[in-house]
Amino acid sequence: MALDKNSNGYTFGFAIVMVIVVGAVLSIAAIQLKPFQDKNISQEKMQNILYSISVECSRDEAPDLFEKYVTEQVVINSKGEPIEGVKAFDVDVQKQYKELKAKAISPEAVEYPLFVCNKDGETIYVVPMVGTGLWGPVWGFISLKSDLNTIFGATFDHKTETPGLGAEIKENSFGNQFKDDVVYTDGKVTIKVIKGGGGADDPSGVDGITGGTITSVGVEEMIQRTFEVYKPYFETIK
Amino acid sequence: MAEVATVEKEPLFSKKNRQLLKDPLDDQNPITVQVLGICSALAITTQVKNAVVMTLSVMFVMMAGNVIISILRNRIPDRIRIIVQLVVVAALVILVDQVLKAFVYDVSKQLSVFVGLIITNCIIMGRLEAFALANKPWPSLLDGFGNAIGYGWVLVIVAVVRELFGSGKLFGIELLGNATAKTGLYSIGYMNNNMIILPPMALILVGIIIWIQRARNTQLIESH
Repeated sequence: MALDKNSNGYTFGFAIVMVIVVGAVLSIAAIQLKPFQDKNISQEKMQNILYSISVECSRDEAPDLFEKYVTEQVVINSKGEPIEGVKAFDVDVQKQYKELKAKAISPEAVEYPLFVCNKDGETIYVVPMVGTGLWGPVWGFISLKSDLNTIFGATFDHKTETPGLGAEIKENSFGNQFKDDVVYTDGKVTIKVIKGGGGADDPSGVDGITGGTITSVGVEEMIQRTFEVYKPYFETIK
Repeated sequence: MAEVATVEKEPLFSKKNRQLLKDPLDDQNPITVQVLGICSALAITTQVKNAVVMTLSVMFVMMAGNVIISILRNRIPDRIRIIVQLVVVAALVILVDQVLKAFVYDVSKQLSVFVGLIITNCIIMGRLEAFALANKPWPSLLDGFGNAIGYGWVLVIVAVVRELFGSGKLFGIELLGNATAKTGLYSIGYMNNNMIILPPMALILVGIIIWIQRARNTQLIESH
């Protein structure tokens, strides 16, 4: 072999060529596959929104059903005033939450989407939300009945909560507890996640997750903070 | 170069090459004999579908990695060979991860970090270092395939037991009836064993497989 494969020059050369080739291959793959991945993610988002209004469907059916049920999309700002020219579905609440926490955007710049759905003649409002669990982000969709106070349905998800503990927020058994609870009492956000639930005399209490206290607290904070923002807007459309 | 003069061309599936496929299934099984790749075997074997996708992913990475390293084996500088192996494996794994995200999104969500962790799966680096660096591409391909199957059969068996007894399903099909609606076996008081879903149970199952294997194949029992 003409080249000494253990010389410094050859080693550097080999490393450089390798990195360039690998980088190029991976970039091409990432760009080519991006449309498919984005489609999956947006379909999953539609699926979650539909799930919160009790429409269960596969990911492939989601776009059609989304079209069918969602009649209006609204985006409001942090003061509860509607913003023109932004599509609610395109607002990435998780990304904005992350940027907000990293202080990359001001609290006033955060956009709050709202999906108005029509299911069997009833108007249902779906509110997306995002917060912080124990290990990472938690998020969810809560839908309100036409009185803009009673919860129609709720679905939550998480990135890295502990399986069997905090991760249980993803289960229907947790989300279903929210059904028919009220968010606002006397103009204040009263919905809360507490041990044992609220009982019959407290329509705002939801049972937390045993062994998942920090996740439960995170979910509560997320819900209360989000509904606080939507309150002024809800007053105006009531 | 050592292997310049192979006068007679070796048949594709010579005895030696068949051995490459057969060894990892039993005598040199990566999981039960070499006890490598245990971490992923514990984590993703709650469902058969996940185990199968994981096996296929590992198979792709191992075969492609082995072939690439084998082709480059006379050009890789010795001092950075581990890094080169790592880069090749990492690139292949990222590729697999991206493809899964694009085409089998649900499975990719369930496998979550474990696809990425294929990079650190000791079986793969082990085969690259021990085999592909010293052998031609074709035997390396067979070696990769053999080891992936050796890894996969253990994974699938563990997953079948865990999914069947832990959730009463196989490939997501409810074989024993519906647990919440209490149909089928559940109507007469049968219950899923939730412990089987937990990672320690996978370790116990792998242990049982090792036990059975060594009982049948006494060569594997260490003398000391």
